[in-house]
Amino acid sequence: MTDASQNAGPMLAADGTPLKQSLARSLRRQKLRALLLISPLLLFVMFSFIVPIASMLFRSVENGMVAETLPLTVEALQSWDTQSGELPEEAVYDAFVRDMVVAVENKEHTRLGSRLNYEETGMSSLFRKSGRKLKKMDPETDGPFKEQLIEIHEGWGDPQTWSVIKTHSPAVTNGYFLNAVDMRRTPEGAQSQPEDKRILIKLFGRTLFMSLVITASCILLAYPVSYLLATLPMRVSNLLMILVLLPFWTSLLVRTSAWKVMLQQQGVINETLVWLGLVADDARLIIINNQIGTIIAMTHILLPFMILPMYSVMQTIPPTYTRAAKSMGATNWTTFWRIYFPQSIPGIGAGSILVFILAIGYYITPEIVGGTKGVFISNRIAYHISSSLNWGLAAALGTILLAVVLLLYWVYDKIVGIDNVKLG
Amino acid sequence: MAALTPISRKPMSVVLPAVALAGAFAGMFVGAGNGSIPLGILGGAVLMTGLAWVFINVLKNEQMARWITILGFGIAGFLLSGPMGGVLGLLGGWFFAWFIYWLYEGRYRQKLLPYLTAKQVFYHYLFRVICGAIFVFLITPILVVLPLSFNAQDFFTFTPEMLRLDPEGYSLKHYRDFFTNNEWQRSFKNSLIIAPIATVISVSLGTLAAIGLSQSHVPGRRAIMGILISPMIVPLIISATGMFFFYSDIGRFLEGTLGMNKNFVGYLKVILAHAVLGIPFVIITVTATLVGFDRSLTRAAANMGAGPVRTFFSIQMPLILPGVISGGLFAFITSFDEVVVVLFVGSASQKTLPWQMFTGLREQISPTILAVATILVVLSIGLLATVELLRRRSERLRGLSPA
Repeated sequence: MTDASQNAGPMLAADGTPLKQSLARSLRRQKLRALLLISPLLLFVMFSFIVPIASMLFRSVENGMVAETLPLTVEALQSWDTQSGELPEEAVYDAFVRDMVVAVENKEHTRLGSRLNYEETGMSSLFRKSGRKLKKMDPETDGPFKEQLIEIHEGWGDPQTWSVIKTHSPAVTNGYFLNAVDMRRTPEGAQSQPEDKRILIKLFGRTLFMSLVITASCILLAYPVSYLLATLPMRVSNLLMILVLLPFWTSLLVRTSAWKVMLQQQGVINETLVWLGLVADDARLIIINNQIGTIIAMTHILLPFMILPMYSVMQTIPPTYTRAAKSMGATNWTTFWRIYFPQSIPGIGAGSILVFILAIGYYITPEIVGGTKGVFISNRIAYHISSSLNWGLAAALGTILLAVVLLLYWVYDKIVGIDNVKLG
Repeated sequence: MAALTPISRKPMSVVLPAVALAGAFAGMFVGAGNGSIPLGILGGAVLMTGLAWVFINVLKNEQMARWITILGFGIAGFLLSGPMGGVLGLLGGWFFAWFIYWLYEGRYRQKLLPYLTAKQVFYHYLFRVICGAIFVFLITPILVVLPLSFNAQDFFTFTPEMLRLDPEGYSLKHYRDFFTNNEWQRSFKNSLIIAPIATVISVSLGTLAAIGLSQSHVPGRRAIMGILISPMIVPLIISATGMFFFYSDIGRFLEGTLGMNKNFVGYLKVILAHAVLGIPFVIITVTATLVGFDRSLTRAAANMGAGPVRTFFSIQMPLILPGVISGGLFAFITSFDEVVVVLFVGSASQKTLPWQMFTGLREQISPTILAVATILVVLSIGLLATVELLRRRSERLRGLSPA
């Protein structure tokens, strides 16, 4: 060391290269090694998680089906004005028959029919019925087609049908997102859905409202328990902690089935209340298949996620502060409200955001104890994936939900930091 | 803890009303069960006040008083409503015998600060009672499932035989059904195939990455951490939707173009999906263990001529093993307990245990679910104990004080 500092030139490492250079090389090597260790997992997560999510985002705007199945028709419709109120010209019908013959051959016309049926009821049967008869036509010899098509199904004589095809022909559409917020794509631009079809905004609102209620009831129940756990001596609080951790570790389906058993009309809670005479036999409480059922069950399921962060924050609050406040004459309430509570707010914040994020995307519990009135937006997504097969709308709903969650997560990161997520 | 507070006997004017109140409260439930609430309240209050007065002024022997109350209440309960009533009576008798002397001797102040006012003492115990009620709320659903799984009937509620503690009312038939029914067994086997393989994938990749992340200079550490933890943050329904689109395309490619076995592809999809879901848990637990890891140990090993691989397996791995195992347990339980993703990604031949339970709950409700639930609760108690032991061992190894 002393030799090197006395030399006038740059400091040299053992092998004769300047020390600065040598250090930079070793740092580079260290970075490379760290990245090499991380890269297998990063690639794996990218491939099997990030790409699927991206594909969902893509699905929510992707709309190639109309243009792919009816390429000639879409081109021919370019010159037709949807506002004119008249039927398109013969050229459009001719192009349509050519497209349909190919589509029927590949059995694609029914898929197109159900795709357009999401936008206009009746399209599915229109395509299915016409497909069978169109199959027999020869586009080269059988023309002109305008009259024949209207003969086959009067739907082809309605300008509305052609207008729907034209409106939904672009390869990228905002139609699914408009549907997701109870609007729809029309030739005149975005408009709201008819009154009886507006359910999604209500469902989003209900999801937010119920998640808030669940978060609030979790705070109410978790605060006293966390306080007790944080103030009791370690031996006792570790024992009581088991009562929090056991539900946390128990399978979600076990807890959900337990609540189904408890909340039913003939379930444990109702039977006990009837046996005690607090509730008449013919006036049993209805606490399942509605919002109350979902709220009770989900509060129980998410409560440990509120208690654990609150507990870890309250543990760090020095008891000397409250004692100091009391010694200076503060009442119990003032001590709590002015000294203890402000210090416990980070715990409340962390727990609330965690519980809210978890609640907003819940599917299993609402599905089982929620009936029809207590379901969340996630149940609607599952419905569109597995029953109605309107995947574009499911993807759009999922994208909106994801945006909300990521926003909340960003807030969580600002308040708590990702690195401070603790388990058990 | 609080200093030992000198205690003194309380006057009758304090003890008797409190005991009467508690008696009336308990009497209300007994009365409700037997026909008349007002009669129960009155009877409870009078009985308890009388007992307290006799014990304190006449008997003056705590041991004897306790046994008289316990046995007396037990017999009364048995005569009123069978064995279950007897058990409740014994418990009630024990409580009241304790409660009377706890009040009379002033024991309730023993562990509290000496200067507290009566109101503060009252609030202290009120707070304890509220917390107790919340703990009951937390644990009851799990405890209710256990006895119900031994139900001899196909009911989801306690039958009169069960309440009478009649052996006729209990049976192992739902367990027998679980172990003999093909559908349950197949789903159980599927879970046992999928969860361990997914766990191995997420633990091996996750541990490597956690070691990489804990190096001192990692470019873009926050972004990488964010990506790796994202499967935990994104709601399951959204992950499931994304995976549904993506894996059905991949599956079609593997089956159609590469001509792979349909069943194999099905398992592959579910295993990959579950492995991703388990990764955040491994990353979080292993990085937490590595925070306390003493770097000079690896340097010392390198100094003595061990290569990086040898250093890892004989120095670093044994020290972080508890963290790795508990991360693995988290990953295992995530996969073993997961239903949404498998519902979307898998097909009927990959039906797992949670999936079977889910359909069971939604469609044909069979009490076999409760037997499965009980088995799973026992399993999770085992896992909880293992994780706790590992955590303590890890803290001991790393020289932290046991918390």
